[in-house]
Amino acid sequence: MSLDREAVRHIATLARIRINDAEADALVGELGKILAWVEQLGEVDVAGVEPLTSVVARHLPRRADEVTDGGMREKVLLNAPEATLGFFTVPKVVE
Amino acid sequence: MPALTDLTIAGALAGLARGEYSSRELTAAHLSAMEAGRALNAFVTETPERALEMASASDVRRSRGEAGLLEGIPLGIKDLFCTEGVLTTAGSHILDGFAPPYESTVTANLWRAGAVMLGKLNMDEFAMGSSNTTSYHGHVRNPWRARGDNRELVPGGSSGGSAAAVAARMAMGATGTDTGGSIRQPAAFTGLVGLKPTYGRCSRWGIVAFASSLDQAGPLCRSVEDAALMLQVMAGHDPKDSTSVDLPVPDYRADLNKGVKGLKIGIPKEYRADGMDGGIEKLWAKGAGWLKDAGAEMVEISLPHTKYALPTYYIIAPAEASSNLARYDGVRFGLRLPGETLDQMYENTRASGFGPEVKRRVLIGTYVLSAGYYDAYYVRAQKLRSLILRDFTRAFEKVDAILTPATPTAAFAVGERMDDPIAMYLNDVFTVPVNLAGLPGISVPSGLSDEGLPLGLQLIGKAFDEANLLRAARSLELAANFTARPEALA
Repeated sequence: MSLDREAVRHIATLARIRINDAEADALVGELGKILAWVEQLGEVDVAGVEPLTSVVARHLPRRADEVTDGGMREKVLLNAPEATLGFFTVPKVVE
Repeated sequence: MPALTDLTIAGALAGLARGEYSSRELTAAHLSAMEAGRALNAFVTETPERALEMASASDVRRSRGEAGLLEGIPLGIKDLFCTEGVLTTAGSHILDGFAPPYESTVTANLWRAGAVMLGKLNMDEFAMGSSNTTSYHGHVRNPWRARGDNRELVPGGSSGGSAAAVAARMAMGATGTDTGGSIRQPAAFTGLVGLKPTYGRCSRWGIVAFASSLDQAGPLCRSVEDAALMLQVMAGHDPKDSTSVDLPVPDYRADLNKGVKGLKIGIPKEYRADGMDGGIEKLWAKGAGWLKDAGAEMVEISLPHTKYALPTYYIIAPAEASSNLARYDGVRFGLRLPGETLDQMYENTRASGFGPEVKRRVLIGTYVLSAGYYDAYYVRAQKLRSLILRDFTRAFEKVDAILTPATPTAAFAVGERMDDPIAMYLNDVFTVPVNLAGLPGISVPSGLSDEGLPLGLQLIGKAFDEANLLRAARSLELAANFTARPEALA
């Protein structure tokens, strides 16, 4: 699978990273090379093999359904680049 | 008496207990070394006032007979661990100014045991790198130099600041994290012991996430005993990390000197990789001989899917990273660049905040998880991961531990291997399979290359069997008797 500039632009949009034309062209080569290298996994017969999602216990532990955290708005907002009236603020998203 | 900065942690604990010096004196000696060693660029943030306060408080506790397991020991902390009120950058521009309002579980465990924080250590951006040249805060320099060659060498990565600081005697030990070799490879490049515990042994809570199914915290130290001591304190169940395992933490020093008599140690034939440095191959054979002489039975084993570990890793780790790093969007913390719309604000912030290697991995990860490619790349890689784990499971039916080289070469010069990502990835060829299988691994300094640079051997253990792993590592350490020091300190 080789990537072209349009495909790289599409991936960058999905990842929300702005790239310019020169970067897109460089990434076509760099990402293409990495993808060509991982292609070797195609030579292994994986029929009947389960995908491994976690190396630890398959059963996640449960805890009592109790509130153990919260009530710390100031701490939560402490590192916000922009916070107003106790909220995170972002550019307008509704007209 | 040796200089205070030359002591091991175990040695310093004994001296503190005998009242030969205070933690304040011990800490001040390391703060001086930290100042004198600034050219290495090992620290992102120095916290000398906090260190002296913590040391004084430690001296008071000791005088009251309340000494913890690491009472008064000055340590460096990789800048991936959240430290309350202290800048935590993960080596990235995008976390500019981030001072977490909470403390990671692992560092909280260290402070509870009496340890003292010297500062936060430089690292590859978001722990992505094998040379510590991707940090927004600049390269870290290895205190070692090749004989007759004045070029600056990389300390390895991603825990490069941790390795440089401990090797240069600026810290008695340091925390690192290891996703594909980020503790063991820099330890090997700087003549240190580096331990990656079993996945689930240490809590990941409060550690900036890179690849959540692979990341694990561990220590970099100057002796196996020190690594055992630090792990003792760092390990343990944490309800805040559902993948931290609720198993008792044994006393890792209890059997440390029991030797390897009766243990079976495997030598995987697939690790005789092309392009392996001749000196490393010789050292590996020597290491096998040492363990045999110490009473271990050496067994040839096969790990047939070894060659697929790196490409498997370079699908799984970027996939998880692309998801974990989605949180850096300019809204809740760190850097924000303006944009007309919300999406433009995200795109501008992430374009400016991430470096080239992080962008590459986020893009690869986004691609392999995207519609139409998920099964072909991501699910196939997860199946390979099953096969790699099965290789180890079968091998461990026959052996108690596995001996391999830690890295294919000694430390290389700053600037080498920078133009080819895959050449850089090959650094981790011997360490990555261990993360994919979730096993514990330790790098032990075992000899010098022809150029006089440190070389490490790796021991791999069964899951949650760090006690036997450390015991074998101690035998290797005794036989190797590695006493070389970086030239600057010699």
